[in-house]
Amino acid sequence: MLKIENLHAGVEDKSILKGINLEVKPGEVHAIMGPNGSGKSTLSSVIAGKEEYEVSEGNIVFEGEDIEELAAEERAHKGIFLSFQYPVEIPGVSVTNFVKTAINETRKAKGLEDMPAKDMLKLIREKSDLLEIDRKFLSRSLNEGFSGGEKKRNEIFQMAMLEPKLAILDETDSGLDIDALRIVANGVNKLKSKDNAVIVITHYQRLLDYIVPDFVHVLHNGKIVKSGTKELAHELEEKGYDWIKDEVNV
Amino acid sequence: MSLKEKLLSSFIVFENQAEVDSYVNEVRNEAIKTFEEKGFPTKKDEAWKYTSLNKILKEDYSVFPKQENALEYKDVKKYFIHDIDTYKIVFIDGKYSSHLSETTHDGIDVCLMSAALTKPKYRLVIENYFNKASNKDSLSSLNTAFSKEGAYIHIPKGKVVEKPIQIIHFSTGDESSTMLQPRNLIVVEENSHVQIIERHQSLTSNPVLTNSVTEVFAKKRAIIDYYKIQNDTQASSLIDNTFIKQKQESFVSVHTFSFGGKLTRNNLNFYQEGERIDSTLKGVTIIGDKQHVDHNTLVHHIEPNCESHQDYKGIFADSSTGVFNGKVVVEKEAQKTNAFQANNNILISDKAAINTKPQLEIFADDVKCSHGCTIGQLDESALFYMRSRGIPEKEAKALLMYAFSNNVLSSVKIPEIKERITKIIAKQLGVNIGFDL
Repeated sequence: MLKIENLHAGVEDKSILKGINLEVKPGEVHAIMGPNGSGKSTLSSVIAGKEEYEVSEGNIVFEGEDIEELAAEERAHKGIFLSFQYPVEIPGVSVTNFVKTAINETRKAKGLEDMPAKDMLKLIREKSDLLEIDRKFLSRSLNEGFSGGEKKRNEIFQMAMLEPKLAILDETDSGLDIDALRIVANGVNKLKSKDNAVIVITHYQRLLDYIVPDFVHVLHNGKIVKSGTKELAHELEEKGYDWIKDEVNV
Repeated sequence: MSLKEKLLSSFIVFENQAEVDSYVNEVRNEAIKTFEEKGFPTKKDEAWKYTSLNKILKEDYSVFPKQENALEYKDVKKYFIHDIDTYKIVFIDGKYSSHLSETTHDGIDVCLMSAALTKPKYRLVIENYFNKASNKDSLSSLNTAFSKEGAYIHIPKGKVVEKPIQIIHFSTGDESSTMLQPRNLIVVEENSHVQIIERHQSLTSNPVLTNSVTEVFAKKRAIIDYYKIQNDTQASSLIDNTFIKQKQESFVSVHTFSFGGKLTRNNLNFYQEGERIDSTLKGVTIIGDKQHVDHNTLVHHIEPNCESHQDYKGIFADSSTGVFNGKVVVEKEAQKTNAFQANNNILISDKAAINTKPQLEIFADDVKCSHGCTIGQLDESALFYMRSRGIPEKEAKALLMYAFSNNVLSSVKIPEIKERITKIIAKQLGVNIGFDL
């Protein structure tokens, strides 16, 4: 599904990713862990198509197509979804209208008509129930005045509405209390199928108790320095990241 | 001959034709003297520092335009709020069009200034209110000198006017450029409520300069909602002078929607002459090309326990320019005043510019006054967020800009106006916005 080869990227003259290799197949859950500043958020932004990052080398292939030249919205239309670490507040646009616009623009890009209002309503009802979201919440301005937990739950709600092929969850666990974490993880697990894939980006092992990864990768200084299975996450939780740094430096 | 000279010599002709009572004649004669002394404002005047009339005053305007075209309703329907029942006071090239109008004398007076200025039964109202709110600045004085036609609205005590009143000025001059001087007088007595929509619309590609004066009197507990739709052709310029005197516990709101026109100057003045008065001034400006829109507001808090709310949003594209000059004066006696002012702007082109200048003059010591001005570009992180959810750049920008101006629309009380403005905004932003906010 996603194949990243020797990816180098950065901002202006500062190089952040220094040769990432990663392959994600349908049905898989990958966790990318690493200390602060290792390049985790940069990697997710680059995959989603944030323009301020420049790719200097390597390529990103999604479903057999090189997506480097595609705009963020075109990548979204192809089925890439990024759950933001810090979802942006958009005053004046309600959650419902935003989601409707996102769905209908995606349909338009595929040559489809707008989703009938009745179907939209049904879908919204179903997915908001899944994430235990109060209906009243949906008419509020997007992310404006939301608590950290509400913002993250709203991200996963949008993911549920858009049904992406590849979902990247960037630090979705930060700012969540244990109940919210359970709801969010439960939502993600219910959306999981053999045809889609998830990349969980996290600093801590906590979320991985709920969303169990098939593979764990450790990112350090812009490179994946170690890959393994879920046991690697436990090891990191116990020992911290320093032993990895030491191992790499040796 | 300069436009000033032309106007001064035309006044002699105008004065001889005029059949009005001596009070009005006296006022006009005074006014022309004031205009003669002061002349047109220049950039040397502090209040006109960022708006130059030079170019538009060079046109050879016809001062007494001929009514050249009769208009059929079906051809101009789109300029009306036509999906609801309204009173209409319509003028074509400064002259009243009975054909397009729907006036009334049934319990309320919704009619013509020309009638009010000449018929004895209106004399008392005219003597009490005509030119009693207007400033004695040069442009208002010029209008006063030539005041002859416009809307006259008098709502007696305790009337809720069910239908909004539309005041529309069309210009059609085929052969030459025209200058219009409409004059409106609106008196709303105690406990009465009225909604007014005003529009100036040119149907010609020739230059039109409108120098309009509207005087509004809101008596005790009166409620007035006033909407100004400024979406004229790019050959038209408008100087809109509005003076509002409010008595105790009255509520007056003015929403100004500026999308069209070459040069638009809004002089909007509120005078609070009683306690517990509420004044609301809101505006959305979305312009491009070389358009220029200048909002010059004044709220004069004279008595205690009053409020004023100003909220102006501007989006400027291409080489367009904007001005916001908002003055709030709080007199020593006006304790417990709550005055709020905000002016937020987005520049979407490097060549666009906005000059924003809040002025607070506070002489009372127990007041809440706030003001804030922002000038910015569209939020890049919000754009990326929206695009990453599949909303294309152009639609994302439009959505952000629409959301930006949305809270000004939220206080519009006539749904048809809200819908109309929404559509104009969508068109102005170049997208088909298929959502309601």
